[in-house]
Amino acid sequence: MDIPSSTTSPTSPPPRHDVKPSQVTPKRAARGATRPGDRIFLGLSRGSGIALLVIMAAIAAFLTYRAALALSDNTGNFLTTFEWDPAGTATNGKPYFGIAVLVFGTVVSSIIALVIAVPIAIGIALFISHYAPRRLATPIAFVIDLLAAVPSIVYGLWGALVVAPNLTGLYSWLDDYFGWTGIFSYQGGAPRSLMTVGILLAIMILPIITNVSREVFLQVPKMHEEAALALGATRWETIRMSVLPFARSGVISASMLGLGRALGETIAVATVLSPSFVINASVLDFGGGTFAQNIASKFNEATEYGRDALIASGLVLFVITLLVNGAARLIIARRKEYSGANA
Amino acid sequence: MAKRIDVSGLTAFYGSHKAIEDISMTVEPRSVTAFIGPSGCGKSTFLRTLNRMHEVTTGGRVEGKVLLDDEDLYGAGVDPVNVRRTIGMVFQRPNPFPTMSIFDNVAAGLRLNGSYKKSELNAIVEKSLKGANLWNEVKDRLNKPGSGLSGGQQQRLCIARAIAVEPQVLLMDEPCSALDPISTLAIEDLIGELKERFTIVIVTHNMQQAARVSDRTAFFNLAAVGQPGKLVEIDETERIFSNPSVQATEDYISGRFG
Repeated sequence: MDIPSSTTSPTSPPPRHDVKPSQVTPKRAARGATRPGDRIFLGLSRGSGIALLVIMAAIAAFLTYRAALALSDNTGNFLTTFEWDPAGTATNGKPYFGIAVLVFGTVVSSIIALVIAVPIAIGIALFISHYAPRRLATPIAFVIDLLAAVPSIVYGLWGALVVAPNLTGLYSWLDDYFGWTGIFSYQGGAPRSLMTVGILLAIMILPIITNVSREVFLQVPKMHEEAALALGATRWETIRMSVLPFARSGVISASMLGLGRALGETIAVATVLSPSFVINASVLDFGGGTFAQNIASKFNEATEYGRDALIASGLVLFVITLLVNGAARLIIARRKEYSGANA
Repeated sequence: MAKRIDVSGLTAFYGSHKAIEDISMTVEPRSVTAFIGPSGCGKSTFLRTLNRMHEVTTGGRVEGKVLLDDEDLYGAGVDPVNVRRTIGMVFQRPNPFPTMSIFDNVAAGLRLNGSYKKSELNAIVEKSLKGANLWNEVKDRLNKPGSGLSGGQQQRLCIARAIAVEPQVLLMDEPCSALDPISTLAIEDLIGELKERFTIVIVTHNMQQAARVSDRTAFFNLAAVGQPGKLVEIDETERIFSNPSVQATEDYISGRFG
């Protein structure tokens, strides 16, 4: 057991304190370099990390550059214009376009999706984590996972061919009772509206919200649940006193992840929505549009400049999605601190 | 507000594993009964059968009878939720609700049981915190989170929460094992005061603690690892610690094993 290097010998402590940091660093790097496995793995992981940053930067640069080209010639206000006419057919060839309708449609359909999906997802997640016997919980969790594996074009086809035609009854009913609000008035016609899109998006984001929420519910420390049970709380009271408060921020971040997906969903929306560049006060009447749907529908027939205009709208979606994801990460990070202090 | 517990022929399982077997004993009202014994002998499991918390664990199952005065806690049609409202419990690790204020923690059990006027709640919370010797330390910050207190204060907060609903019996599962000696002393003093009003059962690994706080002591043991734990004897604490009737008790207390 003779170790040649005196610095690694267990009997004599390494004389690190009198070595300057600048001398230590090359030594450690040199030691790592002697092992090929370490070197390869270091190269691979560092390369992947750098590649990720480069790709993100490249996307941002591409979007910004092409968007700048489009925006410099735009005669409409990009944020408030209700038209999408980059070719300028109505204005003597002067490009005139803006994202107001797209912002409205994207935000409204995503909010509808969240309002529908979050309560259902919490219910399913609680059922799986706290109510269902294990032999029932496992298959249910599996089916939820399966829901996430369905391709979005399949959702789109199903939405357009099955869901939308069957929604006229519901929409007429909503019009009868809540039509006076304006939001739920329904003129008749094909129910390929933002509401239909929202319902479809709700089904599509259900799995991710359910799965993340279930994980959070399962992480609630037993001792907090027992505290409630020992006070004579029923199962629901236990959930209300211990589980939900503990899981709150986790459920919020799960919803944000779902929101991120709803904002960017393209093909299912493009298949279901009957698009037009108007903002309807009613979510039940057809028309409107979302960022991703608008790009997908117009990209093939657009001119070079028209594509730049679409890319400019894509940049806005990119920023919105980044903000939503950033908010979700912030909440998750805060939650870690929180549970670490109490668990 | 204190009742007697009569246990007869109680056996508890985790799935197919028998954790404790055929335990019978009487717990006297307005007294402190301590459970001692080596790790894994089933003291905590037995304690949890007394307020039907054992069945909360997956696979937890109980056979036998637990009479609270004359009512069988495991009788048909008895709601475990009601049992737990009558028999309070304090756990090994302090577990105040982390998102609730000190006030809401103490009021939590009351709010489950019914609606109270604000003034009534205030009175009961103050009385319970005073009963747990915590009032003077927290009266100026009742709306601060309970998780901001020290470990010993948190445990006294949990005791206040448990006694706020005026239970018949208070079960304590190693309430001091996560606390420093000074906090431990505070809890032990408190137990001495609480036994005037409640029937108290305490599980402890600390034999000096059992000797200090309890009137009667029960010694549990198990033949070997994997075997069910059994009650060896229960007697006046003084007798258990000076002249126990079973050799195994004397061996354990004098530190010859376990």
